[in-house]
Amino acid sequence: MENKKYSKEMILDLYQTMVRIRKFETELSNCFTKGMLFGNIHTSIGQEAVAAGANKALEKTDLITTTHRGHGQIIAKGAKTDKMMAELFGRKTGYCGGKGGSMHVADVSLGILGANGIVGAGIPIGAGAALASKIKGTKEVTLAIFGDAASNEGTFHEAINMAAAWKLPVVFLCENNNYGVSVNIHSVTNTDNISVRAKAYDIPGVTVDGNNPLTVYEAIKEAVEYAREGNGPSIVECMTWRMRGHYEGDPASYRSKEVTEEWAKKDPINNFRVYLLNEGIEEQEIVEIENHMDKEIEDALQFALDSPFPDPSEVTTDVYSSDNERCVLR
Amino acid sequence: MRKLSVSHAIREGMHEEMLRDESVIMLGEDVGKMGNVFGITLGFIEEFGENRVIDTPISEAGFVGMSVGAAMCGIRPVAELMYVDFISVCMDPVMNQAAKMRYMTGGQINVPMVLRAPMGSGRRNAGQHSQCLESLFTAIPGLKVVCPSTAADAKGLIKAAIRDDDPVMFIEHKLLYAKKGEVPEEEYIIPLGKADIKREGKDVTIITWSRQVFFALDAAEELAKEGIDAEVLDLRSLVPLDWEAIKESVSKTHNVVIVHEGVKRSGFGGELSAQITEELFDELDSPVERVAALNVVPPFAPTLEDEFFPHAEDIVKAVKKVLNK
Repeated sequence: MENKKYSKEMILDLYQTMVRIRKFETELSNCFTKGMLFGNIHTSIGQEAVAAGANKALEKTDLITTTHRGHGQIIAKGAKTDKMMAELFGRKTGYCGGKGGSMHVADVSLGILGANGIVGAGIPIGAGAALASKIKGTKEVTLAIFGDAASNEGTFHEAINMAAAWKLPVVFLCENNNYGVSVNIHSVTNTDNISVRAKAYDIPGVTVDGNNPLTVYEAIKEAVEYAREGNGPSIVECMTWRMRGHYEGDPASYRSKEVTEEWAKKDPINNFRVYLLNEGIEEQEIVEIENHMDKEIEDALQFALDSPFPDPSEVTTDVYSSDNERCVLR
Repeated sequence: MRKLSVSHAIREGMHEEMLRDESVIMLGEDVGKMGNVFGITLGFIEEFGENRVIDTPISEAGFVGMSVGAAMCGIRPVAELMYVDFISVCMDPVMNQAAKMRYMTGGQINVPMVLRAPMGSGRRNAGQHSQCLESLFTAIPGLKVVCPSTAADAKGLIKAAIRDDDPVMFIEHKLLYAKKGEVPEEEYIIPLGKADIKREGKDVTIITWSRQVFFALDAAEELAKEGIDAEVLDLRSLVPLDWEAIKESVSKTHNVVIVHEGVKRSGFGGELSAQITEELFDELDSPVERVAALNVVPPFAPTLEDEFFPHAEDIVKAVKKVLNK
């Protein structure tokens, strides 16, 4: 893969996506520290290459389900950072009108079926979306994204087993950042990696470097094409690292300093920046992207802060699509 | 009018909806080749194909979760739990996914799915196959909860549930499957949230649903012999709730007995009693009385199970207590 040539447009786009996610979440972290945000904020800082690479391999009409740590995947699928920021600030102009928050951002028109606050819950939902495609005879593929810890939920087994038995057009993407909150995956799992479980379902399974957007792109592209051709699901495991705690405010003291420093050297954005320079991209062009993203996130924050909170009267809307008033009243 | 069993009526309703709308699918354990353990979907797989009638593995969390995903993408899944007791292993897709998706996404996403599940005592199925859990679902905003009694209601309500854009818990009573009732030949739908007076009366309102409707009707006949004229109000759906029908009946009889087969503690009867007491207190001549199952595990032995859930004589007793007779 190292020898493969990618278009300048493509590699700059991957870089821009990663920088957009990093700056978005860094801003979230800052705002959280200042007490401007409420609730829980789970950042994917350090995991941007997975989101950028995976979504680059998808068509616009393809679908994703993601996790509580889903900002990156959602941005990479095309969500606008201003509407996301507004949602995370609980504003009316947010993707969900302030009713979902960080863990529930969705935009169906972009194929984003939602992040999810329940570990492992998005896996069967993704398989179900793929079942719908199969029944309708349409060509979209669903990317069901989950973390290493979710692979130990029953839903992982149940959904992958059915998807394999029925050859559903879905790719199971495991973002393996090594930790479920404080618990190292190896202390609760007997295999070196998650993708070996593919053998149990007789489907393809690979483990790739999740800190390189190009390796992620290639692996997901192959799995998506395989699914789109009607061959069924695969598991793609991307090895990565969340550079911050489980949520903002978690010092992550359960991880050793040595390992943390080791992974810091693998920062996907720093490394991809070096790659871009080696590919002959002018630094000025890279800096322009970075400045452009700075401005976009600054504007997104301003948009959120300038937006009103939902009116308290909206607390009872949107529970039901029909007969809402009566169903909410009693 | 022709008579059909409740299971046949549900089957006919689902069959009509499968013919009408090709986005309707059926999935669950043994719904395909076997045609469900009660024969409700017999022949569906041959008629509609394996794409629309799906035998699932025994993976309730998986296939109910997949139903949520499919429902978010233009399919109308009618998923089936073999017993409502199995909700314990798939509560997340029901409670945290289906019920909350629309609200959490600010109204962007509907989850038009039906989860059918048989409930109920009286079949000597013991603790894990006999519960009535509808009150559990009424405590989860986002779900609609339907509990039909007669064959005609079951057919009209399953059709409405399938056409509804919200997740509907459609809870059937397994001891009613074989019970026959008149069902119109022509197509009809019964909207969710419309109660039905199964027997008119002026002295007391018995509010109930599902199989207890028939016990209440039996009780009313007994009471009639003693000159007590009981009205039997079959709620048919708990969410949405037909409050107008309750209000009208209570304002007429001024006495209320609520009957359900689920356990008394935290049952939906307590909720109804509270609402009636809060809002119709001035209409009441006596405190609202509840008749429900004992707060124990559904037992196996016939002597124990029959003691466990309400029968007509329990309702008769409760009505007399309310009327001070």
